[in-house]
Amino acid sequence: MNRFFAFVLKEFRHIYRDRRTMLILFGMPVVQVLLFGFVLTNEVKDANIAVLDPSKDPASIRLTNKLVSSGYFRVAANLQSPEQLEPAFRNGSIKLALVFPPDFGHTLDHEGTAKIQLIGDASDPNTATTLINYANAIILNFQQEYAQSSLGAQQAPQPMILAESRMRYNPEEKAVFNFVPGVMTLILMLVSAMMTSITLAREKEMGTMEVLLVSPLKPLQIVLGKTAPYLALSFLNAVLVVLIGMLVFGMPMRGSFLLLGFECFLYMFVALSLGILISTRAQTQMAALFVSALSLMMPTIVLSGFIFPRESMPVFLQAVGTAFPATWFIPIVKGVMIKGVGLSYLWKETLVLVGMAVVFIGVSVRNFKSRLE
Amino acid sequence: MQTKSIKAQNLSKAYGPVEAVKNVSFDVRPGEIFGLIGPDGAGKTTLFRILTSLLLPDTGQASVDGLDVVQDYKLLRQRIGYMPGRFSLYQDLTVQENLQFFANVFGTTIEKNYALIRDIYVQLEPFKHRRAGALSGGMKQKLALCCALIHKPRVLFLDEPGTGVDPVSRKEFWEMLRRLRDSDITILVSTAYMDEAELCDRVALLQKGEILAIDTPQGITANYQRPLFAARSDDMYRLITDLRALEPGADCYAFGEYAHLALAATATRPTTSTRPTTSSRRTSNAIPKIQQYLETKGHTNIEVLNTTATIEDCFIELMHN
Repeated sequence: MNRFFAFVLKEFRHIYRDRRTMLILFGMPVVQVLLFGFVLTNEVKDANIAVLDPSKDPASIRLTNKLVSSGYFRVAANLQSPEQLEPAFRNGSIKLALVFPPDFGHTLDHEGTAKIQLIGDASDPNTATTLINYANAIILNFQQEYAQSSLGAQQAPQPMILAESRMRYNPEEKAVFNFVPGVMTLILMLVSAMMTSITLAREKEMGTMEVLLVSPLKPLQIVLGKTAPYLALSFLNAVLVVLIGMLVFGMPMRGSFLLLGFECFLYMFVALSLGILISTRAQTQMAALFVSALSLMMPTIVLSGFIFPRESMPVFLQAVGTAFPATWFIPIVKGVMIKGVGLSYLWKETLVLVGMAVVFIGVSVRNFKSRLE
Repeated sequence: MQTKSIKAQNLSKAYGPVEAVKNVSFDVRPGEIFGLIGPDGAGKTTLFRILTSLLLPDTGQASVDGLDVVQDYKLLRQRIGYMPGRFSLYQDLTVQENLQFFANVFGTTIEKNYALIRDIYVQLEPFKHRRAGALSGGMKQKLALCCALIHKPRVLFLDEPGTGVDPVSRKEFWEMLRRLRDSDITILVSTAYMDEAELCDRVALLQKGEILAIDTPQGITANYQRPLFAARSDDMYRLITDLRALEPGADCYAFGEYAHLALAATATRPTTSTRPTTSSRRTSNAIPKIQQYLETKGHTNIEVLNTTATIEDCFIELMHN
């Protein structure tokens, strides 16, 4: 046991003496969470719109006010003619234009229907779609109110189906709810797998592996001794990310901390064993870095459902995605933090991670050579 | 009671098409400093790695301290100390931390075996809080030796310990090795420096994966058969080419500030004996001849001397055969 602790102590010394390692370990997670938190968001707030309203009657003014009071939109320009639309979109000052016909209110009152036009800036299709959807929802709402109000009282109410949707667990549809688990998954994978593979490759590169091998240390002792400090530091990272998510971005924590801790630990263990697996092949730190970045980071970002929804992927890519631990870990974090569910709901994902841990560590230790070559 | 500390039998190892070690056999007696002498690429490091259980030989067997290097490698690794050719300690750890780490890895403490490393460690002591990467070449080597010795190994493997170390430190290093031998540790050392070869008890001359000769350094030099001269003039480069053309079988090569000239042994060998008297008698009348020859070639400041063969001369001779 003394041997093992000596090894762990040595490893900690390597880490805290290497400024770059420290930076990657603790600087990167904080920067990434904050960066993703403030940048990667599809929420709409105070989007600039233009209004072209030749009718200027109570109905059109009321609708415009309703849109603005929702908080999603802000009238940046009141246009006088359709010719002004194009320049406004071109210089990028508006994201959406609302165009009323002449005598909008009159038509609505007398004919029961009236048309308005919503023009979106689809050079950014996601934002445009979101804005149009928001605006549509508000207009629909306005229409119901209008039908019941005195203005339209003489008209008999038409039969209508009202679909009232509620977004559970995240009623405000905050993007943080998606990215905090995602960033956590990414960072833990990065720190655990990449750092482990690099640190093991470093021993080979520096020639110290040769000396370690010609010692009574067992392969398992070398591997565990090298990874234990990273496991501890990764755990610290997980805590850091969760705290930033909760304190800075208002992420809820509805489930048990203990369960989340256990799941993080499990996930990190899988990542570490992947790192070891990579290092049994890679001879240099550079090779280890590239292999782990390419084979672990990219799938974690792209295929796990962190950024792109898995449901909309081709079946083949969905299947490929299941091979990566991140795909199973993200639902766990979301489940525990946002839905507050327990192990009884997450046993399947947990079991998959346990299986991966067993397989990867088994293969790594088998592949770890007690000789050179 | 085993009589051999290291026993290598018909070891061969190839990396793809390159045969690094070809059918090598040798024995090292307990408490001996045995040198593997050869240029870079002779197969020294490969042999070391086979004997330290880091590589599996393609064919042949080897045992170290009575333990088979393939089957008993786990036990073996407790009993040997290995210092690779490249500096292989943790550069970002201090002198003391490195030593402490290796002591712990072998399940011992610095205090327990301090007697063994004291002579070396006292020189390192003033730098014990310095990081290993910031040490001089000689100091690094001393630290590496300390780390390889900290568990009191029965057999010590030193792969090119003299490389990258200044002559004074090298000399000190060898003095330490001789003291270690007295503490009953068998030492296998490899080197490309011929002057270090003369400090070993016995040496094996290695060339392209094959052993050319195994003997004591004295035995090897005593076996040298050819008349040998040291010569110099103002134009050394031309001197060497001229002397090579002196007579068929003449061999000439740079040797420090002189050129060594080896004449063909077979043509004029008087007896099979290699007693120095015989050869000096024969060479005494050769010197004026050589001087005359060089004068006709237009050399100035000519100096031709009798000289005795060193390991390097023997090595060159063996390489050519």
